[in-house]
Amino acid sequence: MDSSRRDFLKASIAASSAMAVGLPLSKEARALASQAEKNWQWDKGVCRFCGTGCGLLVGTHNGRVVATKGDPKAPVNKGLNCIKGYFNAKIQYGKDRITQPLLRMTNGKFDKKGKFQPVSWEKAFDVMEEQFKKAYNELGPTGVAIFGSGQYTIQEGYVSAKLMKAGFRSNNIDPNARHCMASAVVGFIQTFGIDEPAGTYDDLELTDTVVTWGANMAEMHPILWSRAADNRLSHPERVRVVNLTTQRNQCSTVADLEIVFRPGTDLAIWNYLAREILHRDAMDKDFVQKHCVFATGPYDIGYGMRGTDKFAFAAERDTQAKQREITLDKWEAIAQRKTAGMKVKQTHTKKPVAHWMITFEEFKRGVEPYTLDFVAELAKGDVDESLEDFKKKLVQLADLYCEKGRKVASFWTMGFNQHYRGSWVNEQAYMVHLLLGKHAQPGNGAFSLTGQPSACGTAREVGTFAHRLPADMVVFNPKHRARAEKLWKLPAKTLNPKTGSHIVKIMRDLEEGKIKFAWVQVNNPFQATANTNHWLKAAREMDNFIVCSDPYPTISGKVADLILPSAMIFEKWGAYGNAERRTQMWRQQCPPPGQARSDVWQVLEFSKRFKLREVWGEKPIPGLQDADFPPGKLPDVLPAAQAMGYSPDATLYDVLFATPENKRYRWPDPVAKGHDNCTVQDLGENWFPEKALFEEYAAFGRGHMHDLAPFDRYYADDVRGLKWPVVDGKETQWRFNEKYDPYVSAGSGFEFYGPALKALPTGDLDGVTDKNKKSLKGKAKIFFRPYAAPPEQPDDNYDLWLCTGRVLEHWHTGTMTRRVPELHRAVPAAQIFMHPEDAKKRGLSRNDVAVIESRRGKVKAIVETQGRNRPPKGYTFVPFFDESVMINKVTLDVTCPMSKETDYKKCAIKVYKA
Amino acid sequence: MRTPYLIARRLVQFMVLMLFFGTAHWGWELAGAPLLRGDLSASDFAGVVPMADPFATLQLFLTGHLLATRVVVGAALVLLFYGLLGGRVFCSWVCPINPVTDLAAWTRRRLGIEGRMMHLSRTLRFWLLGLGLGLSALSGVAAFEWISPIGMLHRAVIFGAGAGWIAIVGIFLFDLLFVPHGWCGHLCPLGAFYSLVGRVAQVRIGFDAKTCTHCGECTIICPEPHVLNLKRAAEAGMVASGDCTNCGRCIPVCPEGTLSFAWRGQCEPAPPAPPAAPAGRNQ
Amino acid sequence: MAGAERSRRDFFQRLARGAGGAVLGGSVWAYLLQEQAHATPFALRPPGALDEEDFLATCIKCGQCVVDCPYDTLDLAKVGDPVPIGTPHFVPRTTPCFMCPDIPCVKACPTGALDPGLTDIAQAEMGIAVLVDHENCLSWRGLRCEICHRDCPLTNTAITVEPHPRKLSKHAVFVPVVHSDACTGCGVCEKSCPLPEPAIKVLPPALAKGKLGEHYRFGWTTENAITQEFDPAEVAPEDIGSRLQESMDYLNEGLTP
Repeated sequence: MDSSRRDFLKASIAASSAMAVGLPLSKEARALASQAEKNWQWDKGVCRFCGTGCGLLVGTHNGRVVATKGDPKAPVNKGLNCIKGYFNAKIQYGKDRITQPLLRMTNGKFDKKGKFQPVSWEKAFDVMEEQFKKAYNELGPTGVAIFGSGQYTIQEGYVSAKLMKAGFRSNNIDPNARHCMASAVVGFIQTFGIDEPAGTYDDLELTDTVVTWGANMAEMHPILWSRAADNRLSHPERVRVVNLTTQRNQCSTVADLEIVFRPGTDLAIWNYLAREILHRDAMDKDFVQKHCVFATGPYDIGYGMRGTDKFAFAAERDTQAKQREITLDKWEAIAQRKTAGMKVKQTHTKKPVAHWMITFEEFKRGVEPYTLDFVAELAKGDVDESLEDFKKKLVQLADLYCEKGRKVASFWTMGFNQHYRGSWVNEQAYMVHLLLGKHAQPGNGAFSLTGQPSACGTAREVGTFAHRLPADMVVFNPKHRARAEKLWKLPAKTLNPKTGSHIVKIMRDLEEGKIKFAWVQVNNPFQATANTNHWLKAAREMDNFIVCSDPYPTISGKVADLILPSAMIFEKWGAYGNAERRTQMWRQQCPPPGQARSDVWQVLEFSKRFKLREVWGEKPIPGLQDADFPPGKLPDVLPAAQAMGYSPDATLYDVLFATPENKRYRWPDPVAKGHDNCTVQDLGENWFPEKALFEEYAAFGRGHMHDLAPFDRYYADDVRGLKWPVVDGKETQWRFNEKYDPYVSAGSGFEFYGPALKALPTGDLDGVTDKNKKSLKGKAKIFFRPYAAPPEQPDDNYDLWLCTGRVLEHWHTGTMTRRVPELHRAVPAAQIFMHPEDAKKRGLSRNDVAVIESRRGKVKAIVETQGRNRPPKGYTFVPFFDESVMINKVTLDVTCPMSKETDYKKCAIKVYKA
Repeated sequence: MRTPYLIARRLVQFMVLMLFFGTAHWGWELAGAPLLRGDLSASDFAGVVPMADPFATLQLFLTGHLLATRVVVGAALVLLFYGLLGGRVFCSWVCPINPVTDLAAWTRRRLGIEGRMMHLSRTLRFWLLGLGLGLSALSGVAAFEWISPIGMLHRAVIFGAGAGWIAIVGIFLFDLLFVPHGWCGHLCPLGAFYSLVGRVAQVRIGFDAKTCTHCGECTIICPEPHVLNLKRAAEAGMVASGDCTNCGRCIPVCPEGTLSFAWRGQCEPAPPAPPAAPAGRNQ
Repeated sequence: MAGAERSRRDFFQRLARGAGGAVLGGSVWAYLLQEQAHATPFALRPPGALDEEDFLATCIKCGQCVVDCPYDTLDLAKVGDPVPIGTPHFVPRTTPCFMCPDIPCVKACPTGALDPGLTDIAQAEMGIAVLVDHENCLSWRGLRCEICHRDCPLTNTAITVEPHPRKLSKHAVFVPVVHSDACTGCGVCEKSCPLPEPAIKVLPPALAKGKLGEHYRFGWTTENAITQEFDPAEVAPEDIGSRLQESMDYLNEGLTP
């Protein structure tokens, strides 16, 4: 036992007199254990699961991950893990790993109605190429799509996005992260002009007030929650925890104040807080004046549903109709200063993101109706709670926010983001924090927690969205396209300026026959997309070809035509970026089994099958309207390409990936320290794609407020991830704050320097009055956003709310965690959590099987009335991990019209005995 | 047709087991209630008729515990049933040990094993009966139920076997090698209990003394041959001993048809006249 | 009357043999009973089971509770099981009790060995979950597991989590705490513990529970006002001083050198 470990143990025993820390092993036992583990090798890694980004140490032996441990040096988790993280070593070893490509065939030939049979990679790519070209040549770039992921490694996201956008000139790549934090992105971009949080996880320790809004951190960000709880316990006199939720959940066990509100009324509660701030004179006038402007936008922006009900089931039509017109209820009428019963046409569904500056007076007028009485009556979520008690709680909440000198950090996740007005409610959080001047400071700030391990690092920063390019750039901005074309060495106008189909729309396009080729990468969209009865049918019955890259058989594999076996996390090189902007990397620890290959290799190999002449000629883009482009077309860029020295017969692999610059990054590389690289081995070449692609990608952000460190820096033994921007080798703790952020100009104190949407017209609450755009450089926007009612609410027929989400034990659709026997044993099936009285009314008791039915579909689940979640009357919760309780057959594909992020948290169902 | 009752007995034994087994394993139901739930110590037919082993119930009672009505009613019903049909009818028609001991007896005959390795009195079982009841009262647990091979075998069949088979093999070997009809005829206290019940039972083996030729075939096949004391049988007009199990083996083997099932009340004692009375006496 | 003499001797011999046999057989039998019926104190019984001794006395081993258990939780102990033979029990790690609200096993019991008075399954006392191994319990060590707490059908009453500062880092430790008054011993926690051997195990109440001395009450658990109208006893109990002689002997024995 070395001395540091001995000291550590001694210290820990002394420090925790009340706790059993465990006794050191006997000498013999220790010797035995160390003998058996003598040949184990250890390296840094990252937890595969949530957005927290816990550091791991990964132990391997004989080509197998034999153990993991929480990395004691990782600042996020300091050696701890949650119970999912504890099982990282087991996720790669499910007995049903797919180790060969599987193609639907009849008599040795591809047949959409055939059965899956093993084929060679060569044959798999042959068929895939043929099917891709069929769709591409018939429909153009919009006829193909990739379902991307927030669990992509940075390099995987980057190769896929580059292949689609620069190679195929298609913007139809969108990640499941769309379902996860697109609303947060809109909130960030509209408010600050740049994506991702200002603060860091350290706020959890530094703040005096942890407020969770629609975030069950106790289960979904378990390690962060233990930091929040530790702060609360260590400073009982000062620190307070508030849990704002629609049902009693695990956060309530630590919370000082639990506020159960009616779904959707978070919009009203924020405005109540804003009104209180103004009325109590708690606004930080100096901060607001120097660093903020006020803004608002249209209300009649629809609900992200299809305008037509051509594809709707009969029962769906009444909900679908709200996309065109709604009738204001009494609450909305007050909240939007209109009259109840008024019919409102949804006229801004095409441009919901429009917004304009307003005066402080207009802002004040906007929040004025949100009095305590109004909001309490609207927002009280538990019928068994008295209005007076609820009012008291709201006042206490306002007290905490407004208290001078009290540091407040608000945290949210899917409760806000998966919301029919998700972008609004994100912006409202900033509204309150900016009004109070409590943002971008240690312990003060509104912090958007993210769900997936690299939703930030890959989906957002790399830009694997239908409208994005790397480093916060967007396809519809000509300057951004030009910069990307320059960095990627593409002829001008190669990039498609028209935003592609977001992930929900890719599904709808499949159903409508507008997309005929789709590639599922690192996710399981056919289980995870709302209203999935439509999409399952579309996948199997329409004329299309669906490829699913996955290590395990899933529902998406089941409806696919070709399944490609993928390498899993420690079978490849990779990098993830967590919610506090921390980029972490790992090396390949063990070889992939059988013929499983890395996703990077799959994309690179596929790109070899396309010549420039096939993709860079003139291409139709239906509906393309752009000043720089002929209508409905992408121009032929082959001549320009030839002028740049590209042969029309060069492959996309040569032009996009294996470029001379990239090939300078040679393999083997000393940074590998002997570790293998399956991508290199399978390519059979001697360049290092993961490093080359990372450096190529990092060039987008360096000097543009997204600076990443050099690749090798992340692999240094003393580095446990770095928080970008990394400027002069230093991470950034709090952005926009002069003390910490090198991008803030000297003497300004704070500067919200994000460049996007920083020139606005002026208007009042109802619309634009002066179309001249004024610059608001360096300033953040304080948005007024009103309360709007959810488009589908419980009624006489469908009389209960349904909310979906996760449980601690399972990750997303359970592809990995359900293959860990211990986790499966712990939570074998999804249950419907409901109030015991609601169950009783329906003749149900605990453990009965109930049918859950909505306008869109029905599933059966076991009733739980006294479990981890305690919904108020009228409310139910069903997690979505369980493919035998496919709750997304029931859920509604309403999205936030601005972010296109699905609202998985609200739809109406009925429940009855099976 | 030498063995009609044997086939009938095996059928009944099998059916009883199947009813229990099917209810436990395949969820057999009657009118929405489990068809025959439980085992021979206590059961419930169609959720309506409770049944219980009266001897087991008596033991439980003697432990000094107040019992639920259901088991008491069940025991009474079963007692009534066997009181009507002949006490040890349980032994030969229902008890799962019976095929085991019958098999031992059959093997014994086939292999020509004769004699016994020890002498046991047939009254021993009554001592054990008394001892069982006494121990129940003293130890506070139903004494026989804890060691009963009948229960072990029955539970093994219905609820799955553990090492319970060993006890069954033990009984088989004991019967085969040590004492013929050793368990059922000498030791089993439950059999002893039903013997007592059998003394008042209504269904008996009737004995028509007139036709008996004293050939002795019946006593060869009978597992309890002492019940076929022909003199006493002639006096009673039936096999009166409670030890008779109403197995019916003797009926088909009798060449004269002297033996048959009959109601106790119908059995007429033979006239005391010597069997060699002149034929024309009644004329 | 040699014949009569012999028959009398025979009679006495038989009597003696019988009595001897009875004593011998009875002893062996009683020993078997003792061994069997008290084979182990670890058996977990169906809900409503009487105290183990009464349960063993009244259970008729009919298995009706086993047949009516919808989850195949219950099993009759087989020969060789470490549980008294033929009696119903369950092994939570294999299948725990899922706490049916209508308690079919109790309804099926014909003898009352499962107390028909149990109508609310939450009042069952099949056992008590005990977090036996703090050293390997992930939650005790600071990992965010607490599966036992979340899976507990009476979560937040039977099992709560008590957060403590971990002190080794800026994280809190969420310690699962079992409350014996609410825990039914259903064993879902033992079943769902993700360790290869569960750190939390269900024990029969008699094994799991300690007992506070009858002469003491925890000061904060009950409130006792000072009695205002005191009713004094007239004489001290007689057992006080009942060994006075011993005291005197001690005093009188003199000092040992």
